[in-house]
Amino acid sequence: MSALIRPTPARPTPSEPGAARQKPDAAATAAPARAALVLAHSKAQILEQLRIPVAVISSTVFPTLALLFFVIPQESVTADPLASLTAIAQLALFGVMSSFLFNYGIGIAEERANPWSSYLRTLPVGPVPPTIARALPAMLFAFFALLPVLVIGALLTAAPEAFGDGGLSWWRVPLAVLVWLACGLPFLALGLFIGYLCTSKVAVAVTQVVFFPMAFAGGMMLPPAAFPYWLDVFSLILPSRAARDVSVFALSGEGLHAGSVLCLIVWTVLLGGLALWANRRDQGRHFR
Amino acid sequence: MPVPAPTLAAPGESTTPVLAAATDVTKSFGRAKALNGLSLSINAGEAVGLLGPNGAGKSTLISLLCGLRRPDAGSVEMFGRNPLDPKSRLQLGITPQATSVPQTLKLRETVDFVAAHYPEPTPTAELLVRFGLADMADKQCGALSGGQQRRLLVALALVGRPRLVVLDEPTTGLDVDARETLWQQLRDYRSQGGTLLITSHYLEEIQALASRVVVVDRGTVIADGSVDDIRSHVAISKVTLEARCRRRPSTLGRTRSARPLRAPERPPWSPRTPTRRCAGWSATASNSAASKSTPPPSRKPSWHSPAIRKPPRP
Repeated sequence: MSALIRPTPARPTPSEPGAARQKPDAAATAAPARAALVLAHSKAQILEQLRIPVAVISSTVFPTLALLFFVIPQESVTADPLASLTAIAQLALFGVMSSFLFNYGIGIAEERANPWSSYLRTLPVGPVPPTIARALPAMLFAFFALLPVLVIGALLTAAPEAFGDGGLSWWRVPLAVLVWLACGLPFLALGLFIGYLCTSKVAVAVTQVVFFPMAFAGGMMLPPAAFPYWLDVFSLILPSRAARDVSVFALSGEGLHAGSVLCLIVWTVLLGGLALWANRRDQGRHFR
Repeated sequence: MPVPAPTLAAPGESTTPVLAAATDVTKSFGRAKALNGLSLSINAGEAVGLLGPNGAGKSTLISLLCGLRRPDAGSVEMFGRNPLDPKSRLQLGITPQATSVPQTLKLRETVDFVAAHYPEPTPTAELLVRFGLADMADKQCGALSGGQQRRLLVALALVGRPRLVVLDEPTTGLDVDARETLWQQLRDYRSQGGTLLITSHYLEEIQALASRVVVVDRGTVIADGSVDDIRSHVAISKVTLEARCRRRPSTLGRTRSARPLRAPERPPWSPRTPTRRCAGWSATASNSAASKSTPPPSRKPSWHSPAIRKPPRP
């Protein structure tokens, strides 16, 4: 059996000045690499989520069901390649956004009520690796949710006609998947922000109140072309609208506004900063 | 079993490095002052028992040392750093007071996960054997019994081969066998040069593991010395209790009754005065196997009443 304690560095002799005070030394504080910590936390997250398969399955099929119920019955949309692509991109982003917001807003708030998470904060790891380790599995599960959307879209709409001879290159499909996941980042940060700030009951309410208006005003349910003028103008400053425009552009090459990318970046940075702030604040006053 | 102690010098005279220190620390929650100018330092090789009634500030002090909270005033150091700095916790192992495990992770996965935070952890399989958990390595943590979860939490405190282990009421809710297993692991750890900080309500546990006892009440240290020092201190308090009880014969009659009081409860007649609480500990001390003094039988009942505790193993 190996020792229960690591061999300690040479102790200073009592005659040395300041000998009674432990100096931080390089050998004793060589922490595991940050990538290793991110990996360990991601693995734990994925395992924990896979052990409750119903939760994974329901969030995976959600965007596909929305596509089946709200888009496929509308023949005017499914017969038009461009409208089909737009609808697919909108619902894909809808799925990514709901997965990130709900899993993280409510998930973190619930976890914080569990003493295991305060134990985790006593481990030698800062707030960044666990936060990244939340994003990676979220993206992985969102990715699995996007695949059936693409399959249904290809089989039941006119979307494939837009590719090849229709003028669009096939590389847009994998690119769009990556763009959709990236467009989910501001919502991931918003979820983290809500989760670290609210108790779980408050988080459920806040997430829903934030999610539906944001999704609607962002043009994920109705295309912005159907909006009244004032809503169209207002929605341009929302992260959901910017994300929607970038997502639709990635798949169909249309609908991008001048400020969309900038707007998305500004929101991501802003919400990311708020999430980190809420996380740090949480460390200081977990119980009141 | 004698505990090999590298440092049995009186507190304050130690020449080994200071691993953790709190200086004039104050921490309030709303209007309640949990810590009120508390100072404490822990030297390498010591085994410090932190004793005090519920609400004395023990767990708050530990949460500051572990970097879970910031002090309102004063300073806290862990291995010469701010405990909020994750690097300060690389040589620290913790068993929290609340028993909580990731319900759906398997036991082996949980140990692997915590081990990943340390540079040279104990191999998971070996740790599980040490703590008698090897048979259930592939069970989900939620399926473990309360005692097994508690053992897992102490094992997790040791997985990183830390120089300092902080245990907040490690054996609360454990049966005698499980407690003995844990104590043996902690003695092994100490004999290899490890440093311990333990909180407990049981003087018996402090006696079994600690070389130095720090008594905390109302957010400050009210006594600090060897186990023997503290025992002689509480012996004086016994006299105070008797004198006060005589003034209230009706309550004295209640203490003498054969009815054992339930352990976690404060007796209804006991206000929050240090003298009476010390008397409670003294009764525990007197009835433990290691005790040399024998108190008069009339003082026996307390909320650590021996009547409801399991007898020590032969």
